[in-house]
Amino acid sequence: MIVAEQKSFDEIAESLEGFQSVVVAACGTCVTVCMSGGEKEALKLADMLQIDAVAKGKKLAATVITPTRQCDMEFLDENEEALDSAECILSLGCGAGVQFLAEKFPDKVVLPGLNTEFIGVNRDLGYWTEMCQGCGDCLLAKTGGVCPVTRCSKINFNGPCGGSFSGKCEIDKETDCAWQLIYDRLKRLGRVEKLLEIQEVRDWRTSRDGGPRSVKREDMIV
Amino acid sequence: MSNEKSNLQKVLEAGHFSVSAEIGPPMSANAEYVLNKAEELRGLVDAANVTDNQTAIVRMSSIAASYLAYTNGVEPIVQMTCRDRNRIAMQSDLLGAYALGLKNLLCLSGDHQTFGNHPQSKNVYDIDSIQLIDALRRLKEEKVFIGGSACRVPPEFFLGGTVNPFADPVELQIIRLQKKVRAGAQFIQTQAIYDVDRFAHWMEEIRRLGLHEKTFILAGVLVNKSLRSIQMTQQVPGMLVPDALVERMAGAANYEEEGVRIALELIDQLRGIEGVSGIHIMAVGWEEIVPSIVEKAGFLPRPSMASAAE
Repeated sequence: MIVAEQKSFDEIAESLEGFQSVVVAACGTCVTVCMSGGEKEALKLADMLQIDAVAKGKKLAATVITPTRQCDMEFLDENEEALDSAECILSLGCGAGVQFLAEKFPDKVVLPGLNTEFIGVNRDLGYWTEMCQGCGDCLLAKTGGVCPVTRCSKINFNGPCGGSFSGKCEIDKETDCAWQLIYDRLKRLGRVEKLLEIQEVRDWRTSRDGGPRSVKREDMIV
Repeated sequence: MSNEKSNLQKVLEAGHFSVSAEIGPPMSANAEYVLNKAEELRGLVDAANVTDNQTAIVRMSSIAASYLAYTNGVEPIVQMTCRDRNRIAMQSDLLGAYALGLKNLLCLSGDHQTFGNHPQSKNVYDIDSIQLIDALRRLKEEKVFIGGSACRVPPEFFLGGTVNPFADPVELQIIRLQKKVRAGAQFIQTQAIYDVDRFAHWMEEIRRLGLHEKTFILAGVLVNKSLRSIQMTQQVPGMLVPDALVERMAGAANYEEEGVRIALELIDQLRGIEGVSGIHIMAVGWEEIVPSIVEKAGFLPRPSMASAAE
C-alpha cells in the first residue's frame, strides 16, 4: 500500500488560514488502511480544526467526505457536490489524490493534509517499512525477493558495501542490510551462486529518471 | 597522450612490494595544502590515494587535488565514489582525469551522505562500484562508453577497488570481491587491518580462489595518534579493532610512539603473508607521520620505474 503520515496539525491549520469553510476529503483505500487519511482520521481532524478556529476567535466550518478512492475520477465525480460544497478542499489522500482533486476542481484551492511516504508494508501496530520504489523494472527474481533498489541505501546491484555490519546498514543500526537479507534468502534456497553474476548497469528510463511516467494498456482501450 | 602505465602498476607488475599512502584534500580551495602534502610524500611512496569527499564531507575534488599532487611529484590514485555522480558525470570527469595524466583509479560506493556535512543532500547511486569498474575496463579494452557509443581515445586507468575482509557475511564479501576482479579490478585495497590472524585466515581463502594472482592485494594499515583515535576507529562500522590493541594503547606512556609501534608491527606481519602485494598506509589527520613509518618499515628507497626502463 501507499503509506502516508498526517502533516502536523499546525501546518494544516496554517494552510487553511483565511478560509471559512473546508471539505476534509478522506480516501477509502491505502491511507485508510495505514490510518492516516481514512474517514476516522478525517472526522477527528475536522473536529480539531473547528475547535482550534473557535479558540483563535475565527470561523471555520469543516465537513467530511470519503470517496472510495481519490485516484479514480469516477469516485470524485460521484462525490462532486459534497466536494464542491466549501471554499477549499483539504485532501487526506496521497499525493495522487491531492493532484487529481486539483484537476477535478480547477477553480478551487486543494491542500494536502498528508505527507506521502512510500510503497510499503505493515510490520506491526503503527509500524510500516518501505518495500518498493516503483522503478519499473522489477529485479526481485534475481535477488531472492528482496529489493536492493529500495532497501539498500546505496542501491548496490552487486552485493553489500563495506559498511554492512552484523546484518545492519551503515546508515543506522535499525536498518537491515538488504544484501544480508538477499544472501540469507538465497542461502536458504540453495541459490547463492546466483550472486556471482555481475548485474549490468540498469536502464533507469523505466524509473522516474525517464521523466513522469504513464502506463497505456492497448488491451483495455475500447 | 602517453599510454605508459602508471608508476604503481609498473612497481607491482615488476614484483616489487608497493607502498601507498593517502592525501585527504582540504575543505577549502587551498592548493598549497595539497602541494605540501605531496611534498611530504614525494619519493617515499609509489602512489597516494586522493580521497573523494570522504565521509561525505565536502572537500576539494579528488581529480583537482590529484592533479596538484601529480604536479608536485606524487603519483595520485584518483578516488571516485558512486554517491555523487551519475554515469554521465563519472565518465566525463574520468576522461578529464586521464587527459591530465592521472592513471590510477580507485572505485568506491562512497560513505552514505548521512555521515557528512550535507545530510540533506540527494544521492545518486546510478551505477554501483562494480559496474563502474566494469564500465572502465570496457572503455579501456573495447573503447565503448556505458551507453554503447565509441570512444576513440579511451582512458586506460590502472583500476582498483576496495574490500573489507572483516565485513560479514564473509562468503558474500568474497563473492563481491570475485566480481570486482572479474569486472576488471587490477588492485584491491583492503579496509584497515588490526586483526592480523583473522586477515591471514581470510587470505587463505583468497589464495584458494587464486584471487591474489588475478589482482594485487594491498593491505591497509591505519596509524592511530592517540587513545581516542583508536577508540573511535573501533567504533566505525566495518572496522575490527581487537580490544587488546586498544588496551595496549591505553597503557602506553606515549600514545604517538605506541601508535607508530603498532602500525610498524602490523606492517611487518602483513608483508609476510603470501599474496599481499603491498601496504596502503592510512594516517587520517596525521599524514606527517607517514615518512617516518615508511622509513622505519624499511621501505626506502622506493623502486625507480622511469619510463626509459620500459
